[in-house]
Amino acid sequence: MSETKYSTDHEYIRLEAEVGVVGISTYAQEQLGDIVYVELPNVGAKLSKGDEVAVIESVKAASELYSPVSGEVVEVNEALNDEPALVNSDAQGGGWIFKISLSDKSELDEMMDEATYTSHTS
Amino acid sequence: MRYLPHSDAERKQMLDVIGVNKADDLFASIPKLAFKSKDFNLPDHSPEFLVQAKLEAMAKKNICASDAAFFVGGGAYRHHVPASVDHLIQRSEWLTAYTPYQPEISQGTLQVLFEFQTQVANLTGMEVANASMYDGSTATAEAALMARRLTRKNKVIMLSGLHPQYLDVVKTYLGDDDGLVCLSEADDANIGSIIDDKTAAIVVQTPDFYGNLRDIKSLADIAHAKNALLIVVITEIVSLGLLEAPGKLGADIVVAEGQSLGNPLNYGGPYLGLMATRQKFVRQIPGRLCGETVDASGRRGYVLTLSTREQHIRREKATSNICTNAGLCALAFSIHLSLLGQKGLAKLAKLNHARAVKLAQALKEIAGVELLNKSFFNEMSVRLSKPANEVVEALAKKNILCGIPVSRLLPNEKEAENLLILTATELTSDEDIDRLSSGLQEVLS
Amino acid sequence: MSMNSTGRPTRANDAPSNEVDNLKNAALLPNEPLLFEIGDIDHCGVDLPDVKIDSEYLSGFEREGSLDLPGLSEPECLRHYVRLSRLNMSIDAGIYPLGSCTMKHNPRLNEKMARLSGFADIHPLQPVSSVQGALEMIEELAFWLMELTNTDAVSMSPKAGAHGELCGMMAIKAALEAKGQGYRSIVLVPESAHGTNPATAAFLGYKVRSIPANDDGTVDVSAVIDALEENAENVAAIMLTNPNTCGLFEPDVIKIADAIHQAGAYFYCDGANFNAIMGLVCPGDLGIDAMHINLHKTFSTPHGGGGPGAGPVVLSEALAPFAPVPFIKKDGADLSLIEHVDDSQSFGRLTAFHGQIGMFTRSLSFMLSHGKDGITQAAYDAVLNANYIKARLEKVFTAPFGNQPCMHEILFDETFLDGTGVSTLDFAKAMIDEGFHPMTMYFPLVVKGAMLIEPTESESKKSLDYFCDKMLELANDAIAGNAERFTQAPKYAPLSRLDETLAARQPKLKWIKGD
Repeated sequence: MSETKYSTDHEYIRLEAEVGVVGISTYAQEQLGDIVYVELPNVGAKLSKGDEVAVIESVKAASELYSPVSGEVVEVNEALNDEPALVNSDAQGGGWIFKISLSDKSELDEMMDEATYTSHTS
Repeated sequence: MRYLPHSDAERKQMLDVIGVNKADDLFASIPKLAFKSKDFNLPDHSPEFLVQAKLEAMAKKNICASDAAFFVGGGAYRHHVPASVDHLIQRSEWLTAYTPYQPEISQGTLQVLFEFQTQVANLTGMEVANASMYDGSTATAEAALMARRLTRKNKVIMLSGLHPQYLDVVKTYLGDDDGLVCLSEADDANIGSIIDDKTAAIVVQTPDFYGNLRDIKSLADIAHAKNALLIVVITEIVSLGLLEAPGKLGADIVVAEGQSLGNPLNYGGPYLGLMATRQKFVRQIPGRLCGETVDASGRRGYVLTLSTREQHIRREKATSNICTNAGLCALAFSIHLSLLGQKGLAKLAKLNHARAVKLAQALKEIAGVELLNKSFFNEMSVRLSKPANEVVEALAKKNILCGIPVSRLLPNEKEAENLLILTATELTSDEDIDRLSSGLQEVLS
Repeated sequence: MSMNSTGRPTRANDAPSNEVDNLKNAALLPNEPLLFEIGDIDHCGVDLPDVKIDSEYLSGFEREGSLDLPGLSEPECLRHYVRLSRLNMSIDAGIYPLGSCTMKHNPRLNEKMARLSGFADIHPLQPVSSVQGALEMIEELAFWLMELTNTDAVSMSPKAGAHGELCGMMAIKAALEAKGQGYRSIVLVPESAHGTNPATAAFLGYKVRSIPANDDGTVDVSAVIDALEENAENVAAIMLTNPNTCGLFEPDVIKIADAIHQAGAYFYCDGANFNAIMGLVCPGDLGIDAMHINLHKTFSTPHGGGGPGAGPVVLSEALAPFAPVPFIKKDGADLSLIEHVDDSQSFGRLTAFHGQIGMFTRSLSFMLSHGKDGITQAAYDAVLNANYIKARLEKVFTAPFGNQPCMHEILFDETFLDGTGVSTLDFAKAMIDEGFHPMTMYFPLVVKGAMLIEPTESESKKSLDYFCDKMLELANDAIAGNAERFTQAPKYAPLSRLDETLAARQPKLKWIKGD
């Protein structure tokens, strides 16, 4: 498993066998409170970095998720349809949101590593 | 002034606590130029009996339905509302509460909304219903927009027979838009070739504006074959006591005017929009939703829910800008329907149909009147030997309100000139029908 | 991601400690089962003859299955809805200080007048000659609205405030298109605005450009001018609430109107807060082109647990030609209805029929009762009451924009609760235990933990004193460290806090047998 990278907007991405796994950081889920619904993207959607790709809803707020990298959505986490609480309980594990095949891996270089992100959010 | 509690002495005490000399000082932040530029041409305050006298004088100038032989329908129907309905909705706890933003002290309103949603869902044969819309016409427009969001397609096909004012509202909501296709009566039969892969929805009213019952099931099949939705519009909700629920026939969204139950004619408003759909579409439904949950001690309770769809959270990304709905009208509907129950609603619907059959039989006997319907519930259209608006005006002078001249709603359709739409309900007596018959005979001869 | 969080908990708190047993209140606050649990398919509260029908005219569309709608006899029905009603707070039962909602007294004369058969029992499509009195009533209300706002026209069809916004913005869109400026695509909306404002603009396809607030809670006029300069040709309108949602009159409103008009754009005003200035300030004098008036706020029609409302829109001379149908025309003594768009620039129709007539009767009854002197006095008293609460509470409560008088509502934030472990939500729930309906909370969004209190003119000094005494007692208790009173509240309501998270995660929106 590769290193996890973070965007300033609190998305994370980590590479698993050349595919990027994207979700929101543990810190972000804490800020949002109880997640009640995740509007997932369509598989096959082509994204540019920064595109709005999903919506994460708590009871009183809806937050847009922006794609941290460019590429094509290859899989979405269907488990969230029945159990959106996974984003709270396991944001960076079972609470992943979508997988993306990256069109430009160099975009990862602009993102924060764990230590930088931790200091960014503290 | 009887509604304002303060005495002048109290006002002075309060200004002292605030620390200003006079009330005008509280308005110091308003620039001088902003204050009103003229005196109002309006009277000063008035005692209850004078206000009442003034409004009663206006009311007396109108011919009310109870003083006439009455056959007007077309999206607003005169039914008997049990006395207990109006008594209950005037209780302070219903009348003077607001939207249930604090669920712990609003369980009355919330439970009623939950019961209302269940009644509407069961009545229409759908899985879920919202907590009401403004009225049937705006609910129809919102349903068309909802279908576009759900299908991510643009074309909305309106079958003929939709209430002309509903169609106008849909046009206003959807804007100048080539995605809106309005069919003529002749086109309706060709819907199978008009629908295409870009079609989001077919919209059909039943009974339609002319009173005809429409075949929902075959339209649902046609829509679904192209991955489009079928939106069914109902303006006379009592019809569902007798006719099959559209949800059982394949409708995807049902919108309706709910005024017939619990709500008086009120010259057109306030009325009650109903909207019901499938569970899987619930995140695209506009308006408020009430859901069941538990409190901290595990007791059952109700809250407004899925509010991230709504304007106060999603702002420019909301499903609709709707905020206030028709709470008290929904309560009246719900109480009336609970008094009826399934049995009473079925009886009421049959009685309406029986009165309409009686009306149809009488109309068929009159020279110069041609009944156009093969099917109807409680409303029907006829072609007269004279322009319908002239007949309506002439009979109104005899306190017979004989129906709606189609030309009033469709002034540019030449062939509509002689068309009249008539409605009978449980309140239509034999004597009313006799008066209508002789009135028509006189005017048409 | 966009961190769009208002940050208030939505789960039920831990169960209240055992010393409080809510069931002890059960004598007058019954636990009432659902209609579907007490009703019976064979019960009916309406006597109707059982007629036989043949199916000649039904074309085979008769219903086959059951509707699953239980009935109630009349006594069962009365009991169900009376028992349920006791679980509701209402204006008649106590102060209901929801900021921005104007929960004023609802006179019962209004109800009586709306039920006159000459208004309630007439049909929207019966001949115009048979409803002259109804048209006269609408005309009279329209005249009052135009006088009080000093405007040239009013559209009576909108069904509620948000529908009025749609009406006003559609008129603006139509006016721009008539000038060949349909390309204008931006609507300026201050960040303190009601959610309906950006929702309405977006509904019509406009891009919403947010305008920041000054430190004193008013709109930053230089930000408006900057936005206009940046997009000189592209701004369609500004949507501004005045008095604004922080309870303040916008001091630069005339400057803003001038700048907007100079740019060729229009000024929409959200009239939700007209109660503060009615009889004193005319929106027409300020350069406002369109403003909706919530009759259910300012003019006392009942809120009814969430509607029906009514939102007539007054229009400037520039927008009047684009008003929706129907409208009333005077021919000597006769009133006629224009119901079609032909030969006019009207943008179309917003609703079937003619608007919320039943609400018009109530509002006109309120206006005639008050007269121009009473209406002006009501505005004075509404503002007096809000400032009285401000004066009594501000030594303890923190008013973010408190160095000036407020209008008809006073905005506090939760700074005074810092370090107490008590949030605005907790404070609101503790107010319930004192017998109050809480104020509006977490709105407007521009301050942290907003508490927006609007007493209206209907509260007596004694009522306000009792309210302020209790509010101060609560605040001092929170500051003294008694957090449990708040975090466990409400203890004396029919239910304790409800689990909104559960409701949203597993939506259960109707009763299903055995579920």
